[in-house]
Amino acid sequence: MKSKALASPYILWMVIFTIVPLAVVAYYAFTNSAGEFTLENLANAATYWPTFLRSVGYAIAACVICLIMGYPVAYVIAQTGASAQRILYLLVMLPMCMSFLLRTLAWVALLRDTGLINTFLGFFGVGPLPLIRNAGSVIMGMVYNYLPYMIMPLYTVIVKLDPRLIEAAQDLGCDSVQTFRRVILPLSLPGIVSGITMVFVPAVSTFYISQKLGSTSDVLIGDIVERQFKSAQNPYLGAAMSLLLMVIVFISIGLMNKFTGDEEVTTI
Amino acid sequence: MKRLGKVWTVIVYLFLYLPMIVLFVGSFNDGRDLSEFEGFTLSNYVTLFRDTDSLALLLNSVILAVSSALLATLIGTFAAVGIHSMRGRIRSLVMTVTNIPLVNPEIVTGVSLSLLFVFVGRGLLHTENVLGFTTLLIAHVTFNLPYVILSVMPKLRQMDNQLMDAAQDLGCTPVQGFFKVVLPELWPGIISGAIMAFTMSLDDFVISYFVYGNSFVTLPVEIYTNTRKQMPPKFYAMFTLMFFVILVVMILMNVIQARDESKQKRRVKGA
Repeated sequence: MKSKALASPYILWMVIFTIVPLAVVAYYAFTNSAGEFTLENLANAATYWPTFLRSVGYAIAACVICLIMGYPVAYVIAQTGASAQRILYLLVMLPMCMSFLLRTLAWVALLRDTGLINTFLGFFGVGPLPLIRNAGSVIMGMVYNYLPYMIMPLYTVIVKLDPRLIEAAQDLGCDSVQTFRRVILPLSLPGIVSGITMVFVPAVSTFYISQKLGSTSDVLIGDIVERQFKSAQNPYLGAAMSLLLMVIVFISIGLMNKFTGDEEVTTI
Repeated sequence: MKRLGKVWTVIVYLFLYLPMIVLFVGSFNDGRDLSEFEGFTLSNYVTLFRDTDSLALLLNSVILAVSSALLATLIGTFAAVGIHSMRGRIRSLVMTVTNIPLVNPEIVTGVSLSLLFVFVGRGLLHTENVLGFTTLLIAHVTFNLPYVILSVMPKLRQMDNQLMDAAQDLGCTPVQGFFKVVLPELWPGIISGAIMAFTMSLDDFVISYFVYGNSFVTLPVEIYTNTRKQMPPKFYAMFTLMFFVILVVMILMNVIQARDESKQKRRVKGA
């Protein structure tokens, strides 16, 4: 009974600084500058639907590419010896602790028309290729920044796979593709789901990556929200857009969790 | 197939580290442009250490990271002990709230806190510039708390619940029992939670960007302001130095974890 009370400062903190702020967002989303109730902000926010669609589309593309790029890497890390495994895992985590602002800026230096890659290609008489200020460069920026978030949960799941299950599948006549498709992949599903969630959420809400690597036609929800608070000074519209962004995120997380939930039922 | 996987892994690591290599090289570059190497120099490092402004920014970030990590570790460790003794619906409710800052987009967390601060500032404190160190500290503690709790909780689960009973049977008061028996068991989780909180806080840009005031600017926020103009190369020098500091911190964390794991294994064998 007594030890439960130890959590009370925390609960108080979370109520004041997590739940109440979300209520304030909802309050702003439904009021105008005169403090009256209005649906105008939400109606305004809804006119940005192409931006919402684009953000979701880019984020999904980034998730798929991260999964395809990250899965083999997570698998290879999980298969190496114990000490090399620690180092490889650490090297995946390390970029996450370094300024993503500067790392993204380095991509600008790599990709732009007079950048390192185009200069290099120039030696062979190729280019300059349009590597920056398009949808591809924004999605690449997302993949680059959030790939570690995909590799980490995949690795955690794959490293715990029971090798006897794979041996059993092989003994029962599965070739390597079948073993992967029928045993390894279904068992790594929880890692895939949490990886996708961890990439999708920051990717769908980013504003810096699109500012640096995108063109004016690659504006994302995060850019619009940032603008409302930092330059347009319209927190009411900003709050309405944040609210919609949150709804998108919670719906997609719900969908993802339902996906694993169902899968567990069918495997039982 | 196996070789293909290894080659792919090397390519992906190159992809992850290529921009960082560009920044390392840029820190020794005698020009401002990252894509043009104009000759080797150490002047960026000299500027960095001579320039009190950039060191003050780094100090600001470190002060904020240390204080928010300490506060989050204190509140979070007690919270984890409290949550551990909760059952059923209350426990799952508290854990859901714990997950909110983790799953919510950072920009929404930042915006929501900034709206709260401005709201309270205008309504209760009658001031327009409420944003500063305190608001940054509150925001950082808020997003650090889940990391501390999630790294302490597994240690509580691993702990033998009868240890506390034994301590009390042998004459410890509950408070003595907590400090002499429970706390040493939780120590590795507390330390790794604190280190995680520290690094998250040190590198945070998105949330800080919405709750900082001109009275207290952190390094990432200043870097962001500079990305709109020409970036001074001293920041590349700082990046390079921080890379090695964080590398050492992460290796230390790894050693702590490895020691803790081998201790656990030995205990399982002994039992």
